[in-house]
Amino acid sequence: MSEPIIRIDSIVKRYGPLTVLDGLSMEVMPGEKLALIGPSGSGKTTILRILMTLETISDGFIQVDGDQLYHMKKAGSLVPADERHLHKMREKIGMVFQHFNLFPHKCVLDNVTLAPMLTKGVPRAAAEKRAMELLDMVGLADKAKSMPAQLSGGQKQRVAIARALALSPKIMLFDEVTSALDPELVEEVLSVMRRLAAETDMTMLLVTHEMGFAHDFADRVLFFDRGKIVEEGRPEDIFRHPKQERTQTFLRKIIAAGHRV
Amino acid sequence: MIDWSGYIGLILEGAWVTVQLTLMGSALAVVVAFAAGLGRVSRFMAVRALATTYIEFFRGTSIFVQLFWVYFVLPFAGITLTPLQAGVLALGLNVGAYGAEVVRGAVKAIGREQREACIALNLSRFQAMRHIILPQALPLMLPTFGNNAIELLKGTAVVSLISLTDMTFQAQVVRAQTGSTLIPFATILVLYFVMAWLISLGMRWLERRVTRGLDGVRA
Repeated sequence: MSEPIIRIDSIVKRYGPLTVLDGLSMEVMPGEKLALIGPSGSGKTTILRILMTLETISDGFIQVDGDQLYHMKKAGSLVPADERHLHKMREKIGMVFQHFNLFPHKCVLDNVTLAPMLTKGVPRAAAEKRAMELLDMVGLADKAKSMPAQLSGGQKQRVAIARALALSPKIMLFDEVTSALDPELVEEVLSVMRRLAAETDMTMLLVTHEMGFAHDFADRVLFFDRGKIVEEGRPEDIFRHPKQERTQTFLRKIIAAGHRV
Repeated sequence: MIDWSGYIGLILEGAWVTVQLTLMGSALAVVVAFAAGLGRVSRFMAVRALATTYIEFFRGTSIFVQLFWVYFVLPFAGITLTPLQAGVLALGLNVGAYGAEVVRGAVKAIGREQREACIALNLSRFQAMRHIILPQALPLMLPTFGNNAIELLKGTAVVSLISLTDMTFQAQVVRAQTGSTLIPFATILVLYFVMAWLISLGMRWLERRVTRGLDGVRA
């Protein structure tokens, strides 16, 4: 049995007087596909943002791929991580955002090549070759020279996926990646992610309201409510036979709202 | 009958001084505006404090007083400047303080989502600013920079007070020698207007250039 690639140990996240995560612990195994579900405000997106170092934690420890994320060893003791340590840790993690966050002043190809060239010193030719492979994988090789504003939402999100993959992270975080899309564009993004899950051994954490997709995609589903993991298990157990009342209520509401499970 | 050609020549010589002041003053203002504007958003408290002090001081005192300080008071500290140097310095620092707030506002206007994408892609703060934030902030700055440049052009007239022979100074000379007010002042009115108009045209051209490919991105 290998070691967990992510080990979250009783982390606390507060915004002023509001406690979003209260002593949360969880582990993720290498290559695992994890779906985080739950009502909005339950803290699931916050976990992804903390892993991407977009938010800091108020207390606790996070270990990623053997190293502390927010701490580093200095003279034998653990001290808060500095910018250099965070820079090193971020290499392991990539993220795809709800609103794509493409760079609007750069063409699709430059969006994908920029970070490898700047952060890893990849020469332009090699970066472009790799970018074209990735764009081909997401079905957008013909859009390489387009500007983001010329793309549909689904296309933008596929570019954002290619952009994150270009840095070859060990862990990919998907934060409600289809929530901002028109319904008819959701499937093209999900099919890219399905392929990704099938063809790579990347660890993936997915925050989603697409219960059907979570069911097919995930090895394990975590149901969050009020900053705590209320229930976790295999997708078929969580979706077909939820044990906790809160999970049952949530899933009933989601189905009533027209989502397929 | 007055022979106007010599007098108009005098005014044109002054116009050249005004052009020099405007170009050099604007160049200094741009450098200072970026330094102080980015200083305002620095993560270091001391840098922010320094930038804020500069901006508030130069916006809060009159260009007239600043010019006198630069030209008449700095020599007591051992720094003697030519009138042109003093004019460029005072105008550049004065307008740069306004420009700094423009830079800060435009940088702040580039939203959190772009910054977060930079972090997720592991860009350093410098790389994010250089490749992502500033290229998008620049189009937002240009219209106001155009205004500032025109303000600076018109502000150059104060240098006549430290005996720099700019366009306004020469017009007064011509008026004193010929007794005519209409012709010298009509001439410089037109010249100022043409210069301001050229600045407007130049800024519009620049704006078109830097926003190319960004159509439809911003409202």
